[in-house]
Amino acid sequence: MAAMELTREQIAAVAEAKREAYEAIIGLEVHVQLKTASKIFCACSTRFGDPPNTNVCPVCLGLPGSLPVLNREAVELAVRAALALNCRVNPSSRFARKNYFYPDLPKGYQISQFDQPLSEHGCLEIETNGTRQRVGITRLHLEEDAGKSLHEGFSDSDSKSYLDFNRCGVPLMEIVSEPDLRSPPEAYAYLIALKQVLEYIEVSDCDMEKGSLRCDANVSVRRKGDPKLGVKTEVKNLNSFRYLARALEYEINRQVAVLEQGGHIEQETRLWNLQAGRTEPMRSKEYAHDYRYFPEPDLLPLVVEAGWGERIRQKMPELPEAKRARFGRDYGLTDYDAEVLTANRALADYFEAVARAAPDPKAAANWIQSELLGALKEAGREISDSPISPEALAELLNLISNGTLSGKMAKSVFEKMLATGQSAGQVIAAEKMEQITDAGTIEKICREILAANPPQVEAYKKGKEALFGFFVGQVMKASRGQANPTLVNDTLKKLLGTQ
Amino acid sequence: MDLTTLTIAGLHAQLRARAVTARQVVEKHFERIQERNPKLKAYLTLSPERALAQAEAIDRRIQAGDPLPPLAGVPMAIKDVIVTRGVPSTAGSRILENYRPPYDATAVTRLEQAGAVILGKTNCDEFAMGSSTENSAYFPTCNPHDLARVPGGSSGGSAAAVADGLAVAALGSDTGGSIRQPAGFCGVAGLMGTYGRVSRYGLIAFASSLDHIGPLARTVRDVVAVLQVIAGRDPLDSTSADVSVPDYLAALDKPVKGLRLGVPKEYFGAGLDPEVRTKLEKGIERFRKLGCEVRELSLPHTDYAIACYYIIATAEASSNLARYDGVRYAFRAPGAATLEGMYQATRGRGFGAEVKRRIMLGTYALSAGYYEAYYLKAQKVRTLLYQDFVRAFSPDSGEHVDALVTPTSPTPAFKLGEKTADPLQMYLADIYTVTGDLVGVPGISVPCGKSKAGLPIGLQLFTRHFDEARLLQLAHAFEQSGGFTL
Repeated sequence: MAAMELTREQIAAVAEAKREAYEAIIGLEVHVQLKTASKIFCACSTRFGDPPNTNVCPVCLGLPGSLPVLNREAVELAVRAALALNCRVNPSSRFARKNYFYPDLPKGYQISQFDQPLSEHGCLEIETNGTRQRVGITRLHLEEDAGKSLHEGFSDSDSKSYLDFNRCGVPLMEIVSEPDLRSPPEAYAYLIALKQVLEYIEVSDCDMEKGSLRCDANVSVRRKGDPKLGVKTEVKNLNSFRYLARALEYEINRQVAVLEQGGHIEQETRLWNLQAGRTEPMRSKEYAHDYRYFPEPDLLPLVVEAGWGERIRQKMPELPEAKRARFGRDYGLTDYDAEVLTANRALADYFEAVARAAPDPKAAANWIQSELLGALKEAGREISDSPISPEALAELLNLISNGTLSGKMAKSVFEKMLATGQSAGQVIAAEKMEQITDAGTIEKICREILAANPPQVEAYKKGKEALFGFFVGQVMKASRGQANPTLVNDTLKKLLGTQ
Repeated sequence: MDLTTLTIAGLHAQLRARAVTARQVVEKHFERIQERNPKLKAYLTLSPERALAQAEAIDRRIQAGDPLPPLAGVPMAIKDVIVTRGVPSTAGSRILENYRPPYDATAVTRLEQAGAVILGKTNCDEFAMGSSTENSAYFPTCNPHDLARVPGGSSGGSAAAVADGLAVAALGSDTGGSIRQPAGFCGVAGLMGTYGRVSRYGLIAFASSLDHIGPLARTVRDVVAVLQVIAGRDPLDSTSADVSVPDYLAALDKPVKGLRLGVPKEYFGAGLDPEVRTKLEKGIERFRKLGCEVRELSLPHTDYAIACYYIIATAEASSNLARYDGVRYAFRAPGAATLEGMYQATRGRGFGAEVKRRIMLGTYALSAGYYEAYYLKAQKVRTLLYQDFVRAFSPDSGEHVDALVTPTSPTPAFKLGEKTADPLQMYLADIYTVTGDLVGVPGISVPCGKSKAGLPIGLQLFTRHFDEARLLQLAHAFEQSGGFTL
């Protein structure tokens, strides 16, 4: 029987009525490029965006007679990731050849790991709608990336395909989750949490646009309460955080609709088609592989002795979870503030640099959240390229705390810092904005204002106390906002009371 | 003086005395190649420019009075499965016709750094798959002792070239006996070092866990000179061993008196040619006379070696040869309409029958549902074979020996065409050699007289892993005692 392919409309109609009766079972397979300087089995650069076929050598091109040599740095990064994901690192693992023919695979096999992966049995905590949950990680292993087939963009692309082997041999880790995810939002939360951890420990850029993080999903559905798992499909090409949930939602609805219409789910590989907004079956020939895995005879078993593992563990950067807790403890941040400020490693590092140099960490947290992040977002910039360095922000906070700047003046200084990249000191000097705290100077200005406004002074003294604000305003205006407001208040009260 | 029969030491004496120049030696070899190679067909490609440039560099050093590197001016032949920068390296296959690699194999680099002169590339069975050099896609090579017979294989071109004075020494490769068997058939010495002793970087892979590069030469001392240069850890080959390389030459003349030799009975059973048996018995007797203790022993799993070998070797080959797909280099069959069609036409026409047979065997052995029954089982048998050898060599076993003596092949060289119709018969030509590859121990074949028809007979020795020194010492003692011409 041919597989049943329903239209989007059919699926939407059935799903709306029946979706609630079903439960989805999702597991993710995530491929992550490791941030090494050179490839996994040769010394070629891993740089992204170089002219095609410039970072290649006999090894990554699979020329006759060439042999792979494992990059130790790739192993360290993968072990670090494994430890961060609570995996058990196997003291001895093995590379295996995954055999298949494809033009961008120059050896006719990919060096991967199969029956003895680098690490297994990990987990990752995620939070969806306030509920925390532990997602199992089946395995994390090392492998090499393939080259890239270029089917478009050349004048003769209608008749030819081109190949770029710069990416061929770039180290990847494959992280396979348990089928513990029950909804597209959970899958999204898992992927975000995974990305956060991997960025934190600096093993990958996790940039989906550049392909340094790629995601496939195994999806099945079953009637709620049914102990038996349904037949799963593998959905590939989920290469955007934005569309992950949409693609999964579509596939779940499709499966529900097929089952509701009396059909059955084919165990198959489907591609997410972003333009069409649906998953489509791959032609069976494209995936019906017997990969004929066998141990890679050109490489020795990968041995991670206890000492090496321990050294990697000791170099492990602080993980998001631990950082959140510490920010609460050390800096008195609320859970919410700590969560926001640890959302990514760069932001957390920024906050901490400010907090360490500024007098009040909470003020630092407030300024970053209420002023800096908004301004950066508006300018379309990341925290990593903020025009205001952590040191500069700390300086500004110090100037507020020692009374040099009023809150209002500080905001205006901040705006200028943002626009010019200058330090607070430079802005103040240029604008002559320093706060006036000298009692004599302030008294002089106050006297001048009172002398210039006899009717108002008269009225105030007759009981129109609301005019006090008028005098303060005039003084502040005359001092171009630089007079210390408290001193101005005190001085005016004194002068008006004694006159 | 015939410059094409000299040993390395003899050649160096001539060079040092300035009786000849390195260039003259090389030219003399090319002359002989011009004369003999049309009959022998040992070489596939000659590299005269590279050879003469190297010879002239050596001559300049001699002129300057510089010390001579160990292989200075030694004319050498390289089996065509070993890549040479800019010089066609075809592995005897149509699919790599005119393929010029952009780099040199580590062994070739080391040879040239030691002063060796590369004359050219020698014929072999396609991708080293064969025992007669008849599987070369280009032409068969003939045995210099009888042009109607095979030189053995797969390093038949290297063995024939060395035997006939077309090179002083050569590199071959050994996966199931491909150095030792042709050395035996052609009456020269051929060594396979311990797996990991010589870098495989630049050796076009047949079966990675079994492939070795090793030297062939007319004397054991010359084999030693070449091994000394090519042996040792290579950071480009993860499976090359980080085991120090001893001074083999220093140990060469040590007496062999008191060494224990084992004669495994499984290597002297049915199928052994009576003339070979007789010569081997004489050879063993010679070792007794040299003071060795000889005892018979058993390597009980020997019978399973050929089956085990043809599963592991073909499985690895099926994967190693996947890269010849017509996409990036060398042969691509024209005119195919689809990618799959291009693959099929390229591989269908680019590979010869034996290579395709082995790719199919290996693909089958690795396929889902058969992996456990074939590949995994073969790996277990390999472990048993390993244990046979370890037990024989282990001092803990009480009955241990220092070396094993066997025939290299069950028969002397057979006739061209005699076994080409029967692959299984051809496979059995390796029956005494494959186990050494599976186990990873070093082995050498040395001449042990000739048959009545004048065909060389090979005697094979094995020692424990990384004990090449002992192996060469025994082979040298045998040679010095006249064993080669028994």
